[in-house]
Amino acid sequence: MKSKADVVIIGGGVNGCSLAYRLAKKGLDVVVVEKKYLSSGATGACGAGIRQQWSTRENTQLAIQSVKIFEQLSSELGQDIEFRQGGYLIAVHDEKEMKQSEKNVAMQRSLGLKVDILKPEEITGVVPILDVKGMRAIGATFCPTDGHANPFRTTFAYADAARKHGAEINTHTTVIDVKTAKKAIHAVVTDQGTIQTNVVVNVAGIDSKTIAEMVKVKLPLTPFRKEILATERLQPLFEAMVISFKDGIYFSQQKEGQIVGGIPIPEEKGGYKTMPTLAFLSHMAQTLTRYAPVLKHVNVLRHWTGFYDMTPDARPILGEVKGVKGFIQCSGFSGHGFMISPMVSFLLTELIAEQKTSEVLESLSLERFKGKNIEKELSVVG
Amino acid sequence: MKRSIVCRCEDISEEDVIQAIEEGYTDIEELRKKLRIGMGPCQGRVCIQLVARILERKTGKKISEIHLPTVRPPLVPVSLGTLASENDEK
Repeated sequence: MKSKADVVIIGGGVNGCSLAYRLAKKGLDVVVVEKKYLSSGATGACGAGIRQQWSTRENTQLAIQSVKIFEQLSSELGQDIEFRQGGYLIAVHDEKEMKQSEKNVAMQRSLGLKVDILKPEEITGVVPILDVKGMRAIGATFCPTDGHANPFRTTFAYADAARKHGAEINTHTTVIDVKTAKKAIHAVVTDQGTIQTNVVVNVAGIDSKTIAEMVKVKLPLTPFRKEILATERLQPLFEAMVISFKDGIYFSQQKEGQIVGGIPIPEEKGGYKTMPTLAFLSHMAQTLTRYAPVLKHVNVLRHWTGFYDMTPDARPILGEVKGVKGFIQCSGFSGHGFMISPMVSFLLTELIAEQKTSEVLESLSLERFKGKNIEKELSVVG
Repeated sequence: MKRSIVCRCEDISEEDVIQAIEEGYTDIEELRKKLRIGMGPCQGRVCIQLVARILERKTGKKISEIHLPTVRPPLVPVSLGTLASENDEK
């Protein structure tokens, strides 16, 4: 392992690896430190969706720009990340939800996104297996350029490209301490050795909180266990991701043919529990077969858990922390870190390599929680 | 061309596994995520032991040191209809 680097990235998920790639491409000397293996945290457990339909302007902007990067990412990285644009169909269940949807769609359209509001009878035109009555929908919103990609392949492709540009990636390496001197980052101590550096990026998912505590920074992160299941492979049935904020369900059919989806267990509280539950399987199966009764014949192969690193406003914490020079945050993704990772790494690369900041980065800084008027992202699913 | 199948569910051969190891995927979880071994209906019963042996041969890491992937429920395929019928919701 190197004993010196321009930047040390803590965390080998999709955001850590994409940032490593972009920084190394700019000519910086980058070292990634990952406790387990690449994509072992939230990236590897995630639902793979890529959505641009959000309620806050920043998230919508980040997502629109991220999709533009995703569209050419396979060719840029030289590996197929299995990006597909089948759209996202968001079920709307009552008048209150419809009002919020209309507001969201107006904002999204003002940013140039193509989004439609569907009548109930138009829903099966997009996803034929849905039972509109069963899902109790009075309509839906649909954005055809939303989609999904393979999170493992994306992470591995970024890591391979990062290594080609000279980045060093150390898996099974645990950070023990982050040292500061004169209120600035000085070194990272791991169980495999110490790396001298002036910049640390904290991209450790739910463990970001522990890393931040090493330099006495408190992050408002709460881990929430989320469960997902995957079915056996089927012939192509539908292309869109189907989600509902009211029921919390999301599901899509992946490239290989399996249906992958999740739903929150109603009584779930924050905490570090990792065991999958029967309550989830039962609740998910009931809701999924209510949405698409034909799926009752389909076998579930496996079910796993992952974590959302939730912030109070369900938006990520990005950028340098005031008071600790060179300590850059990149966490608190609240369940949508994969889909905005292209733009997040782009903005943080500008910040680290060129000291360039942006309006979006400013609005997502840790400092915002000191203010009174934080705008909460409402469009969170799962 | 001779092809020794390691994972029948996902049609992955010994050669595919060796190639991935040579590309640097030396963790069994990374191999699983890269190649989808153990993600089919058998959930790794057939392939994972074989992959662990190939990994031992290629990396010199003892089989006892290779951590097997997490076992994920249900242990056998169960239909959504069966899971939905267990109604314990109030």
